[in-house]
Formats: sequence, C-alpha cells, structure tokens
Amino acid sequence: MAVESPKMNVDIGSLRLSNPVMTASGTFGYGEEFSSLVNLHRLGAIIVKGISLLPRQGNPPQRIAETACGLLNAIGLANVGLERFFSEKLPFFDAIETPLIVNILGDTVEEYQELAARLNDEERIAAIEVNISCPNVKQGGVAFGTDPEMAHKVTHAVCQHFNRPVIVKLSPNVTDISLIARAVEDGGADAVSLINTILAMAIDIESCRPKLANVFGGLSGPAIKPVALRMVWQTAESVSIPVIGIGGISSPEDAIEFLLAGAKAVQVGTANFINPRAAEEIIQGIESYMVKKGFASIEEMIGRARKS
Amino acid sequence: MQAFKELAEIVRKEKVAEDLYRLTVKAPDIAEFSRPGQFVMVRTVEGMDPLLRRPFSVHQVSGGDMLQIFFKVIGKGTKALAGMEPGQQVDILGPFGQSFTMAEDSLHILVGGGIGTAPLLFLAKHLLKKNEVYSLRVLLGARTGNEIARVAEDFTNLGLTVDIITEDGSLGRQGLVTDLMTELQQDKQIMVYGCGPYPMLRAVAGICRENSWACQVSLETMMACGLAACLGCAVMRADMQGYVYVCKDGPVLDMNEVAWL
Ligand SMILES: Cc1cc2nc3c(=O)[nH]c(=O)nc-3n(C[C@H](O)[C@H](O)[C@H](O)COP(=O)(O)OP(=O)(O)OC[C@H]3O[C@@H](n4cnc5c(N)ncnc54)[C@H](O)[C@@H]3O)c2cc1C
Ligand SMILES: Cc1cc2nc3c(=O)[nH]c(=O)nc-3n(C[C@H](O)[C@H](O)[C@H](O)COP(=O)(O)O)c2cc1C
Ligand code: FES
Repeated sequence: MAVESPKMNVDIGSLRLSNPVMTASGTFGYGEEFSSLVNLHRLGAIIVKGISLLPRQGNPPQRIAETACGLLNAIGLANVGLERFFSEKLPFFDAIETPLIVNILGDTVEEYQELAARLNDEERIAAIEVNISCPNVKQGGVAFGTDPEMAHKVTHAVCQHFNRPVIVKLSPNVTDISLIARAVEDGGADAVSLINTILAMAIDIESCRPKLANVFGGLSGPAIKPVALRMVWQTAESVSIPVIGIGGISSPEDAIEFLLAGAKAVQVGTANFINPRAAEEIIQGIESYMVKKGFASIEEMIGRARKS
Repeated sequence: MQAFKELAEIVRKEKVAEDLYRLTVKAPDIAEFSRPGQFVMVRTVEGMDPLLRRPFSVHQVSGGDMLQIFFKVIGKGTKALAGMEPGQQVDILGPFGQSFTMAEDSLHILVGGGIGTAPLLFLAKHLLKKNEVYSLRVLLGARTGNEIARVAEDFTNLGLTVDIITEDGSLGRQGLVTDLMTELQQDKQIMVYGCGPYPMLRAVAGICRENSWACQVSLETMMACGLAACLGCAVMRADMQGYVYVCKDGPVLDMNEVAWL
C-alpha cells in the first residue's frame, strides 16, 4: 500500500508555508550569503537581518564570544538601513520563491510604523517580524518588549500600516513572557515568535575585562534551548495566535520538541553558522519522524506534549 | 562567492614542532577554488562544545584536490583538531574572503610573524608563477626558532631568500621582524604582504607608511560564521565612520582601509 507523504505545510495567519522551518533573523544574512551552500527553495521562509530606517554601524568589537554550547553576541543591530535594503538586498529575492519575512527594529513607535508602511508597498515581502527587544528611546531606553503597554502600542502601530501577517518577536528578558504575548495578541499580532537572545555576559580572566566591548550580550545556541522551550510552552498556553519557536534549535529532534510543546513553526538561528544546511536537514528529519510516528500533518503534532 | 561544504578525509598529519601541526585533507572543491589569503571554517568536533567553527588560512593546495592548514594549539578547538588522525574526516567550509592582490613590477616582501606565516607559502608559490625568485623576499619572525624553522625550509626549497629573526635569538638574528624591514633596499617599487598578530601588523603598516610602500595585511578576528552573516568580525574602518568585516572585506585588506586602533 502506498503511504502518502506527511503534510508539512502550515499557515501563519494568511501566510502559507510549505514547511514549518524558517531561518532566524541575524543568523542568515540577507539570504544571498548562503545561496551557494543551501537550497533556499527548500526553506519554509527566510527571515532577513533586522532592518532599521537608517543604517546602523553596530557596536565596537569584540562583538562575539563563545560560551559552553552557546554564542554571546553584541552586534548592536548593525544593518544597511531600509534604502539600501531595497536597492541592494531585495532584488536577489526576485528569483527566490520562498516567502521573505523582514525583521524590523526602531527607536520609537513612529519608526516602526514608518518601516511597516514602506514595507507594505513591496509585494515581495510576505510578512514582517517585529523585533521588540530594542530600547524605546522616548521612554528612557526601556525595551519595548519588557513592557506590556509599549509592546501593545508598537504592535498596533505596525498592524495598522501593514496589510499582511505581522509576527511579533518576544524578548525572554522578562518575568512573565505570557503577559507580553497577550499584550501583542491584543494589539493585533498574527503570530508571536520567541525567544530572542537571553541577556548574558562573559569575562576574560587573562585581561580581567568583560569579553564583549558592550559588557552584556545576547546568548543563543544549544545552551538556551531548554529555557526557550519552557517559554514556548507557557506562551502557547496563553494565546490563541500561532507561536513560532526559536532558541538553540540545531537538529530535527530539537525542532520536534518545540512543535510538541505548542509551536506551529520554528526558526533555526545560530545553528546556521555551524551547519549552513541545518534548516534543510531539520525539514528532512521532521518528515522522517512523522513517517515513523505516523503523523499525517504538522498540525497533528502541534502541542501534542500538552495533551494528557 | 562560490563556497563549498566538504567532509574532508585527513590524509596526513605532521607535528611540526611543539603545539604546531600541519594537516593535509582531501577537499577537491575547496582546493580548486582557493586563492592565497583566503580561509576555511573548520568544525573541530562533532558535538556542541566548542560550538563554532574555527577559521584557518589556506596554507597550501596541492595535487589539485589536497588542502593544507597549518595551525597552533591555543585552546579547545585547536586541541581537538590536533587530536585527529589520518583516515578521520573533518567538516570544512570555504574558501572564504578576499585573497591577496598580486602586485606587478614590484619587489614582493612577504612578512610573517609566528603562526601568521601560514598563508604566505601559498602566496609565494603564486607569485613565483609570474615573478623571478630575486623579486621576492621572505622575512620571518617568531618568539622562538622552532615556530618557523620548518616553514622557513619550505620557502628555501622554493629557491627563495629567507631572513629569520627570533625574540629569543634561537634561530637567525635576535629581535622583531620589523627590524628586518628597516634594512630593505628601496631600488624598486615595494609591495609588502603581512601576516601575523595584530600588534606586529600595526608596526609593519607603520613602517610601510613611513616609506610609502604599498602594504596588504591579513587580519584575524573572532568569527562566528565566516559567511558575512553574523557581523561579529568587525574592525574599525580607517575613516572611523564604520566597520569592515574581516570575513568578507578581508581577511586580506589594504593597510589604508583599517584604523589600526
Ligand atoms: C582569517 C583567519 C585565519 C586564521 N588562520 C590561522 C592559521 O592559519 N593558523 C592558526 O593557527 N590560526 C589561524 N587563525 C586563528 C585561529 O582561528 C584561532 O587560533 C582558533 O580559532 C583558536 O581556537 P581554539 O578553540 O583553539 O581557541 P579558543 O579556546 O577559542 O581561544 C583561546 C584563547 O584565544 C583567544 N582567541 C581565539 N581566537 C582569537 C582571535 N582570532 N583573535 C583574538 N583572540 C582569539 C580566545 O579569546 C581565548 O582567550 C586564523 C584566524 C582567522 C580569523
Ligand atoms: C549574531 C546574531 C544576530 C542576531 N540578530 C538579530 C536581529 O537582527 N534581529 C532579531 O530579531 N534577532 C536577532 N538575533 C536573534 C536570533 O534571531 C534568535 O532569536 C536567537 O539567536 C535564538 O535562536 P538560536 O539559539 O537558534 O540562535 C540574532 C542572533 C545572533 C546570534
Ligand atoms: S564571521 Fe560572521 S560576519 Fe564575519
């Protein structure tokens, strides 16, 4: 008897993905960097490096340090800015059918709003992912993502100006992530993605100085996976919009754990650096697992671990 | 940019000196496309610690499909690599980055410090395709003799003149590699190719500026990806208005592109 291959597709709002595996912002450049090593058409979606209205230089070096099974970074959101993104990076995607998701960041609600409006005019862009881990310059530098009210406000502003799916990317550096998740759901978000990096640091005992020039940085990689999984579980419990799991996903098994915890899709970040083909291999591995376990669709797996 | 991922079999491992190894691996695609000054990203373990790949210059390519790296054991990753044996496979990505620009009608001065000499042998071989031996000069410095004795021999075997200087005087003269530069005859246009630790390169660039010599350097920074994606390998630009990224704009850069902080 012929066995039908499992249905790998998932929907994030009106966004249809051929499979639930995307590449995380800041770990996959603007796509082109990986084109000779990866079959970009296999990916569920590509999320590009965070874009701001104006170019940003980023932080002074050292910007990165390695920790046990982890990567610390303080890149400082360096990016080419919206104009150069349009003129230099976007044309590459003309030949790529994979959904393109643009990650955005700003200093003020107005900046996020303007980015949304400008990106709305580019049909090629399938969705926006809003990075709310950035400091709100007008509110004394408190990160948008740590205050439910500000998170709501910025989400609402973006949704008003962008007519396709809006994903809000949550910061783990809060006491109760489900509170923020509910606030952005209220604000109109079509999905939430989590987690962004965890605030952390490392010290060089030879120079007796912090390893990062910025002192603090964001921790990513396998080291953060259990924390991310817990937060995805909690968030999936408290919102009804899709949850996209991120954090240390390096293998099909990791990705499957997130799906079972309640994520509808996942993003692969730091693992791209170690194995540029990680996302492709994860897609393949999920499919094999589904065949082995008899799951007919991704939908059947989502939140399975929660059911008693 | 054309890059490859290869599971490369180790065909030879040489312990050149204490903590100094040369690995020859079979990586046909990377070997074919590598140019002097470019580097590869090597996964030193199969597990997750150390997590990141490690960058190494292409030391030599040979026989069309062999690639060599030359490295010093300084931490976890290089220690793991030194423990690998012929027959085992290593996961390598590359080649990455900008290669050296071969100057024309110049006296080519290759300046290497310690393990920084790694990319210079490949460069010398390329230069010799279009230049006579007398238009190349090799200046090597190290803390102690055994760090460079073996590589010096390789240059000599190419018919090149090699000047050696060590900090402890155990091989060649005693002093710093920059001491050798101050004695260069300026009868011809000079192009300096510098590889080594940052403070040495800064001193080399200083001497080149004073003498109005052209100079390319190969820089080393921490790197998470080598793919121009993480933006971790930033070095301040000469105009102080932004950064160059060593894995993409470098590792070989004109000395005038860098702020030398
Ligand atoms: C383009 C490029 C080419 C290179 N070519 C060679 C080569 O041909 N041969 C060779 O032996 N090495 C080369 N290196 C350096 C080599 O990548 C490092 O020695 C290696 O990554 C160390 O890994 P490890 O795990 O052994 O040490 P780790 O455990 O990672 O580090 C040990 C200590 O050294 C410090 N450190 C490590 N790497 C650097 C760095 N790049 N800059 C400053 N501090 C550092 C760490 O902070 C730590 O304190 C190159 C580097 C670059 C960027
Ligand atoms: C070098 C680096 C740069 C990143 N840049 C961004 C960014 O620009 N915008 C963003 O929302 N997240 C950024 N992230 C966070 C990742 O997208 C991801 O949320 C995080 O790294 C956790 O996933 P991982 O453990 O799989 O890497 C960055 C992460 C790294 C390691
Ligand atoms: S090493 Fe990642 S951008 Fe250069």
